[in-house]
Amino acid sequence: MTSLEMAPSNAEPDGAAPLLEVRDLHVEFKVRDSVTKAVNGVNYSVSAGETLAVLGESGSGKSVTAQAIMGILDSPPGRISKGEIFFQGQDILSLPESERRKLRGAKMAMIFQDALSSLNPVLSVGYQLGEMFRAHQGLSRKDAKAKAIELMDRVRIPAAKERVGDYPHQFSGGMRQRIMIAMALALEPDLIIADEPTTALDVTVQAQVMDLLAELQREYNMGLILITHDLGVVADVADKIAVMYAGRIVETAPIHELYKRPAHPYTRGLLDSIPRLDQKGHELYAIKGLPPNLQQIPPGCAFNPRCNKAQDICRTDVPPLVPVTERDGAELVGRGSACHFWKETIHG
Amino acid sequence: MTELVTGTGGPTAADPAAGKQGAEPSIAKVSQWSDIRHRFFANKLAVVGLAIIALLILTAIFAPLLAPHDPLQQDLNATLQSPGGAHLLGTDALGRDQLSRLIFGSRIAVIVGLASILVALSIGILLGAMAGYFGRWVDTVIMRTADIFFAFPLLIGAIVIILLMGRGVLPVVLSLGIFQWATFARLLRSQILSVREMDFVHAAQALGASRGRIIRKHILPNSMTSVLVYGTSNVGIAIVAEASLSYLGVGVDPEVAEWGNMISAGRGFMGVKDFMWTYPSIAIVITALGFILLGNGLRDAFDPKLR
Repeated sequence: MTSLEMAPSNAEPDGAAPLLEVRDLHVEFKVRDSVTKAVNGVNYSVSAGETLAVLGESGSGKSVTAQAIMGILDSPPGRISKGEIFFQGQDILSLPESERRKLRGAKMAMIFQDALSSLNPVLSVGYQLGEMFRAHQGLSRKDAKAKAIELMDRVRIPAAKERVGDYPHQFSGGMRQRIMIAMALALEPDLIIADEPTTALDVTVQAQVMDLLAELQREYNMGLILITHDLGVVADVADKIAVMYAGRIVETAPIHELYKRPAHPYTRGLLDSIPRLDQKGHELYAIKGLPPNLQQIPPGCAFNPRCNKAQDICRTDVPPLVPVTERDGAELVGRGSACHFWKETIHG
Repeated sequence: MTELVTGTGGPTAADPAAGKQGAEPSIAKVSQWSDIRHRFFANKLAVVGLAIIALLILTAIFAPLLAPHDPLQQDLNATLQSPGGAHLLGTDALGRDQLSRLIFGSRIAVIVGLASILVALSIGILLGAMAGYFGRWVDTVIMRTADIFFAFPLLIGAIVIILLMGRGVLPVVLSLGIFQWATFARLLRSQILSVREMDFVHAAQALGASRGRIIRKHILPNSMTSVLVYGTSNVGIAIVAEASLSYLGVGVDPEVAEWGNMISAGRGFMGVKDFMWTYPSIAIVITALGFILLGNGLRDAFDPKLR
């Protein structure tokens, strides 16, 4: 599994180690007698200034992976049963909780889906922004407030000076998500994980928030992991993409190549189920069946019960994530597929 | 809390500025607190409750000015006088002025009522927060202990403590506090269990907030309202319990001007000199009612959905 070209540990072409590297991560949730296998061997890496989109439907393990990276997994019942996470060359899973906490906020930060519920309703936004500086840097209340206003300006909240004392419910959805972004950015972390940052927003605001995020990422040269279930949202901002299914990565690719030539039947199904203007009048394609029960993942390829190309081997052998090449064997950089029949899928 | 003040001052300079930007629909600048205050004062019963409590507390503070006589002054030439004349509410068997004793009795009621609930709240909040936040064996130990305290009837439990400590205001306060914390702990624990899972707690965690900070700044302030509301209502219950203890002869010293003592003193004259026990009884009922109305009013004001 470690032969994955997307995550070459110490053998990056330019010699630089990636900012974050997840190796063969397994996470399970144990409740009473049942074990839910949420993440089953995930590998991915992000470099500084790079944006990785992690795509998957609910229950594919994309958020759980993020929680494991941040160290905020609900534990128990959650447990990292196997794997390593390297951040700036350091094996962070072996760090004590006190050290991990120092990383959070300062070195890595997370943005959540619903900004209203992610902000404390009884504290003003200025207070919550300022808290980042007071808790991590020991700034005075007054200095922290000045910093909070500066941050609000930075994420383009109009009249920041007047609104710094307002409460979360007094802001619109887009403004609240900007505040969450400001909080995550406060200490200029090296890595930001955004877990469906625009899902709760309407479409026009989605684009604004996504652009802001992309712009700030370039400005600070941060690594960004963008978790989403929406292919459309990430197309313009991500560099590469990892598609997850049932706790595994089933396909990796530079973002635009994925759209052009998917190398996994699941990805193809996802792309086919996007409504397109030039196909008006046709019934919209939908992947048949339901995502697997994570307590009883089917043997072999987890996608086999829903796959229209499934053969006998798919029901018995788990397909490894292998490099994808051109028909003539030429390397396709950064591409991988976990399908026994990737050749047929991409070329045929 | 200074941030709150800016919000309550009605329209501020921010309004025209925000409107001009056009990016945001202009929202009336109303803080949560002014909202709550508004709802509270719109509720007539709540205002009645507040008025009763305000009156009670003022009476307690200014008792020496209001009372026509010294509540302990005996006048053996004027015992058991009926209401009217020099003694508006009559005198007791030792010739002490009933009205003055009633007025001074409010002091014990207020002090014991508030202090015992404060004791109960302090223990209940500390243990309830620990049980709710840490869970697992901490939760089990604390909540099973709470069950034991629940099993004791309030008065019986309090009498046991007073027998051990002796009579007086402090033992009454402590005993009533010790036997009421369990409810607050249970209530707070259940609130924390739900608040703990809210997104902003996870968000604070993801941004590196420490455990203590998360409990203090994020979980407690969002879990406390129902506990404080319940605490307010329970002050009335504590006052009734305190008077009951004195009536039973295990509360404060018998000569102290206190409502339970007064009722106890009137017990022997029931049917003959009913004024001796009716007035302190009425005082207790009105006081308890005041705190319950105030508590209900606060509950409705904090969470209109609960109504």
